[in-house]
Amino acid sequence: MRAKTADKIATSIIIAVAALIVLVLAGLLGYILYRGLGHISFHFLTSAPETIRKGGGIGPQLFNSVFLLVLTMLITVPIGLGAGIYMSEYAPANRITNFIRLIVEVLSSVPSIIVGLFGLLVLVNLFGFGFSLFSGALALTVFNLPLMVRITEQGLKGVPREQKEASLALGLSKWKTITSVMLPISLPVVLTGTILAAGRVFGEAAALLFTAGMSSPRLDFTDWNPFSPFSPLNPFRPAETLAVHIWKINSEGLAPDAAEIAAGASAVLVITVLLFNFGARWLGRYMYRKFTAIK
Amino acid sequence: MESIGLSAKDLTVAYGDRPAVKNISLDFAAKQVTALIGPSGCGKSTFLRSLNRMNDLIPNCTVTGEIWIRDQNINSPTTDVVSLRQKIGMVWQRPNPFHKSIYENIAFGPRYHGVKKKSELDQIVEQSLRKAALWEETKDRLHNSALALSGGQQQRLCIARSIAVKPDIILMDEPASALDPVSTSKIEELIAELKEDYCIIIVTHNMHQAARVSEKTAFFLTGSVVEYDLTHNIFTNPQKPETSDYITGRFG
Repeated sequence: MRAKTADKIATSIIIAVAALIVLVLAGLLGYILYRGLGHISFHFLTSAPETIRKGGGIGPQLFNSVFLLVLTMLITVPIGLGAGIYMSEYAPANRITNFIRLIVEVLSSVPSIIVGLFGLLVLVNLFGFGFSLFSGALALTVFNLPLMVRITEQGLKGVPREQKEASLALGLSKWKTITSVMLPISLPVVLTGTILAAGRVFGEAAALLFTAGMSSPRLDFTDWNPFSPFSPLNPFRPAETLAVHIWKINSEGLAPDAAEIAAGASAVLVITVLLFNFGARWLGRYMYRKFTAIK
Repeated sequence: MESIGLSAKDLTVAYGDRPAVKNISLDFAAKQVTALIGPSGCGKSTFLRSLNRMNDLIPNCTVTGEIWIRDQNINSPTTDVVSLRQKIGMVWQRPNPFHKSIYENIAFGPRYHGVKKKSELDQIVEQSLRKAALWEETKDRLHNSALALSGGQQQRLCIARSIAVKPDIILMDEPASALDPVSTSKIEELIAELKEDYCIIIVTHNMHQAARVSEKTAFFLTGSVVEYDLTHNIFTNPQKPETSDYITGRFG
């Protein structure tokens, strides 16, 4: 009788906690969307911000965020995949490997503002990359790489041992086994993880304040020469991202509609990150079905 | 005199300090089926897995002794393990087709080993599937996922996959123990046909199966071979009391 009562109490507490989490999340998202959605328009998404007048947009910031994301992923994905493959398939099980694993864990828990300051001191000043997309991408790499390594390692570790053995037993090399048998099986996991990491990068502000900078040059969207200082594609120009922009106009915005712009930009940011999350889930499930499907 | 397909000399396999297989010397004839029987944990699978150096993948596992194929000791550190494994096929207890199409499952190995022409690959795929008695069932859906096949079909596909790279020896680790009786008998028929061309070494828990498919049988107990003889002799006139106890079902 007592055990049954305890069971009932535990069940109701767990349900209450779960409901609380859902409520907090729904409230948060609902509030951000309620405040921001009304402000989003095509004009808002595409035009440049205004400093002191009404009616500025977030076009360059949105572009910067996407471009920075692409740059970061171009750096992170190959290094992360390589390191993950090494950790899972090549690293011997010894102290050094465990030490590397520990370092990766520590790296992933470094606060992003510290990563930003490190970027300022080392990338911006010491290496002279200046406030630029490139500095920002490298700083985000520091903070994204551990995740990427862990995702790849876990993805490969999740491949059934018989699959790996079957390939090796046919006389295939280790590398061919990894690339042609193991990576395709772990692809849904790796891809889902990568997209989730991308969502985190997209929303990151603190690590970018002192690396990608808090301003954007007047971008000329007709100039696609990556070496021109006003070209959107130039990786060595400063670039204020959406998340940084939200922080900036909230703390020092002079435009009379700064609050609305911040609300609108927040809604755009939240929607994008949600899209990343749902996209990742959908793609992961789609690929899992594709690889194991009946047809 | 029958020719020797593979021979193990003084083979010892240890996980860490604990030996799982102790000083086993066995000769396996070419174009014959040899069954390895014995209770669980007697080391027969461990022994089988060291014959194509699959135990190299297991950390802390050390294999000492010699394994000879023709005039090559494949357990020497200088052996090119990757090309060696092409000569020794393997079939696992649970069917493990690649997560690819039926066609790709078979073509994958030969293509890696240098067969590039589509017509040749097509031919290898058809021949391998025919040999594995799977062609009639799959010829109309070669490009469908192999995972859609039934367990028994998947296991025959795995056999087809291993013969597509033209091995001399095929190792089978309880190839039918995860299958239903009908599929099992199909696998057994297949083994009987394959022995025309290959040296087959099969680990099995099922003594009837050993009696049905093999010419010779080795009885393993706690990491050693107790008795190795013609299958007929092992089952009708075992020389050792342990063998007789095991095959009459007194333990194991």
